[in-house]
Amino acid sequence: MIAEKTITWFPACNKADVPENGGVCVKYEDEQIALFHFARRGEWYATQNECPHRKQMALSRGMIGTQADEPKVACPFHKKTFSLKTGECLSGDECAIKTYAVKVENDTIYIGIDKDA
Amino acid sequence: MKIIVAGNGMVGYKFCEKLLAKSKPGQFQITVFGEEIRPAYDRVHLSEYFAGKSAEDLTMAPASWYADNYIKLHLGNPVAAINRTAKTITAHNGLTLPYDILVLATGSAAFVPPIPGVDKNGVFIYRTIEDLEMMTAWAKKAKKGAVIGGGLLGLEAAKAMIDLGITDTSVIEFAPRLMPRQIDDTGSNILKNKLETLGLKILTAKNTSAIAGDAAITGMQFTDGTAIETDMLVISAGIKPRDELARLCAIEVGPRGGIVVNEKLQTSDSSIYAIGECALHKGMVYGLVAPGYEMAQVVVDNITGGNNSFNGYDMSTKLKLIGVDVASFGDPFAEGTGIKTIAVKDTNKGIYKRINISEDGKALLGGILVGDADQYNMLLQACKNKLALPPNPEEVILGARGGEGDGGAGVTALPDEALICSCESVSKGQICSAVSEGNCETVDAIKKCTKAGSGCGGCLPLVKDLMVHTMKTQGKYIRNVLCEHFNYSRQELYDLVKIHQLKSYDEVLDKLGNGDGCELCKPPVASILASLWNEMPLKKGNATAQDSNDRFLANIQKGGTYSVVPRIPGGEITPDKLIVIGEVAKKYNLYTKITGGQRIDLFGAHVSDLPKIWEELIAAGFESGHAYGKALRTVKSCVGSTWCRFGLHDSVSFAIEIEERYRGLRAPHKLKSAVSGCIRECAEAQSKDFGIIATEKGWNLYVCGNGGSKPQHALLLAADIDSATCIKYIDRFLMFYIKTADPLTRTAPWLNKMEGGMDYLSNVVINDSLGMCEKWEAEMQELVNSYKCEWKEAVENPDIRKRFTHFVNAPEEKDPTVHFDNMREMKRAKEWK
Repeated sequence: MIAEKTITWFPACNKADVPENGGVCVKYEDEQIALFHFARRGEWYATQNECPHRKQMALSRGMIGTQADEPKVACPFHKKTFSLKTGECLSGDECAIKTYAVKVENDTIYIGIDKDA
Repeated sequence: MKIIVAGNGMVGYKFCEKLLAKSKPGQFQITVFGEEIRPAYDRVHLSEYFAGKSAEDLTMAPASWYADNYIKLHLGNPVAAINRTAKTITAHNGLTLPYDILVLATGSAAFVPPIPGVDKNGVFIYRTIEDLEMMTAWAKKAKKGAVIGGGLLGLEAAKAMIDLGITDTSVIEFAPRLMPRQIDDTGSNILKNKLETLGLKILTAKNTSAIAGDAAITGMQFTDGTAIETDMLVISAGIKPRDELARLCAIEVGPRGGIVVNEKLQTSDSSIYAIGECALHKGMVYGLVAPGYEMAQVVVDNITGGNNSFNGYDMSTKLKLIGVDVASFGDPFAEGTGIKTIAVKDTNKGIYKRINISEDGKALLGGILVGDADQYNMLLQACKNKLALPPNPEEVILGARGGEGDGGAGVTALPDEALICSCESVSKGQICSAVSEGNCETVDAIKKCTKAGSGCGGCLPLVKDLMVHTMKTQGKYIRNVLCEHFNYSRQELYDLVKIHQLKSYDEVLDKLGNGDGCELCKPPVASILASLWNEMPLKKGNATAQDSNDRFLANIQKGGTYSVVPRIPGGEITPDKLIVIGEVAKKYNLYTKITGGQRIDLFGAHVSDLPKIWEELIAAGFESGHAYGKALRTVKSCVGSTWCRFGLHDSVSFAIEIEERYRGLRAPHKLKSAVSGCIRECAEAQSKDFGIIATEKGWNLYVCGNGGSKPQHALLLAADIDSATCIKYIDRFLMFYIKTADPLTRTAPWLNKMEGGMDYLSNVVINDSLGMCEKWEAEMQELVNSYKCEWKEAVENPDIRKRFTHFVNAPEEKDPTVHFDNMREMKRAKEWK
């Protein structure tokens, strides 16, 4: 049996704080989380802000889009792309990024932080 | 059936790949043991590691590829022993596994001659990524270098030394000439001269007797009594097959090493095969990757029920050694009765070409090319396929009289079975059918489908010619679409956006594209919108379609800070403005550097400081320099007739006028310009997209020059014209370029691809052959009139300004991961990993 996980919902910002079809960086304790509003698809995603390729805190400033309907973000430094759903690197590298759950309630955006029970 | 592969190098990997392609799932259980800690990587292109490629870039396939294909991969755990009676192997960590078939692909090690002192610090071999890492670390404190070995590998190592910054390097070769196995004396001398002009010292017929120094190397002594000083040595004098496993279990090895194999690549034990550089076939060890791949194929064919044999391999090679082409093919040294040799030697240009032909003058037997190997592929094909030589065989190396090269005709003359990619054994027929039947319409698609060009890459130009030729014969229009979201070329999209009067990225995507966009189509569409309507790029809806730098109107640099370049038209600046730049740089702790375009770049600005920095710069009369955009950058100038005793006209004033006219103009790529006040050309106008040089009677206008990785001089478009005509022609030229160029294509490659070239361009711009000039001039005037400084708009608009923060929920905090180091009284970005 997989260990129970509890999700802590952290209020990150208001809906209007995030540009449509773009991202922002959210500070959560010592972590940096990239939060994206994929307005064209009516979807929200959150991932680690650090691009694993050169360890740069930059994914929130990247362009988002799709590749064969898979939502992705491209790092502004060298355009490595990562799936927003799974965190998998789509440019053929082995590195993957961490993803977080997101929920919207009354125009407030919450990011789900996994805490091992 | 259980297959164990001992060795995970290029050939070991290729064996797995070929076996998977030929077997049914589950037919074989494959286990691979590798000595290195990384999965197989491309050793042929090892020197590119210095040119910035990472270990990952060189990987043949990631560890996950092995797992996905049910191959058990043990890294850092070589096979240590073989028990042939029990048919088991024992790995370094003690693991014992049974095999039905064992494939030895253990490769080779660098051959290190037994010279006293080879164990000193600073002596390296050149073989693995770890070797390169150790060399890189040592090279930081080394000033003089040496390489033992003047063959193929030795010269590769010399290239690595140059890449490491040790240009004072000596190459030491035991034989009386460089590359003794590939080229003759004359060719070697030409090569030697060329390498010497690059700063290398070439010492031939030298035998090293000792390596001097205490713990670390300080010099080398030779048997002829001479000596040199050096603080780094790379030994790259040849290879030694890794046959120790075979020796341990009494499999037959050659007297000078190498595991003896038959034509099926079986060793003296028929369940054990050997392939690649560890194998000795008919007294020969093959130190190239292509024969290794061929061996892998032969073994795969034989164990999957086929019948194939290895019958030696053509050792023709073409290399670019430190920027010098060297090639040899067929029998390069063929001599004797009936064999004729034709050679041309040009010591001025450093070119040597030799071909050996049969007595009747019809067959090409082999040859050597040094300094210019453009004809290599054609000659190799002619040699291998026994194509009849023309009546004057010298034409194949001199070119036909009358100048016209054979270009595409050469490809068509080849038979379908001609081998184009010798690394992967792909024929012309296979490539053509991948295009005609497999619908491969890009070189990448052909590479994926046939694997042609995925080895050394030397055949890619030929592959591209074949692709274009095949597509043309099918009457296919070669489409150049943006990405999966837009089935249009940039030129088509530009016209459609204009006709439909679309103003935002989403409107363009909804009307002309499909899906949700991506990083490939967003920047070109944003650029088209900016070129057409000249609106603020960070306008709502378009901000997130901008490329990395346009998104924050600044250039992102290592560490995630930005650089700021205010416009300094023509490079002219007042003392007061210089003081403001200095004060701003001090206040925000910025690194300052003069750019190549006569401006000042301020580095290391936190994203949240950008609006504050610009507020101060704008208050002092500066405006955006668009250094971040695919837009007009600078118009450089010399000081001109106001001060210079040679100056014919006031180049600074004209440069300022030009720069202010086209500032902010968005284009498919960046645009650079310059104005020189006389023919001495101090502003280097002939290296610019458009450059202007003063003459006695007016100005000469040059266009389509570029610096960059493939520099190209600009060509004269119009001579002795007045200022107004000059501007009119530039208006037309720029509009034509903006309208028709592909994304990220600068003016030089744009012109190179244009049918009719410069004649056509000057007909369009000067003679108005398309009847568009009046319209283009009006459109350009509109863009000039609608110019606004986008940084001024950004700092004055609170909605845009608030985007310039690192943390959305802590706007006053800066990114804590940004770090700087100190250097020469200023700061620099911390090196990334």
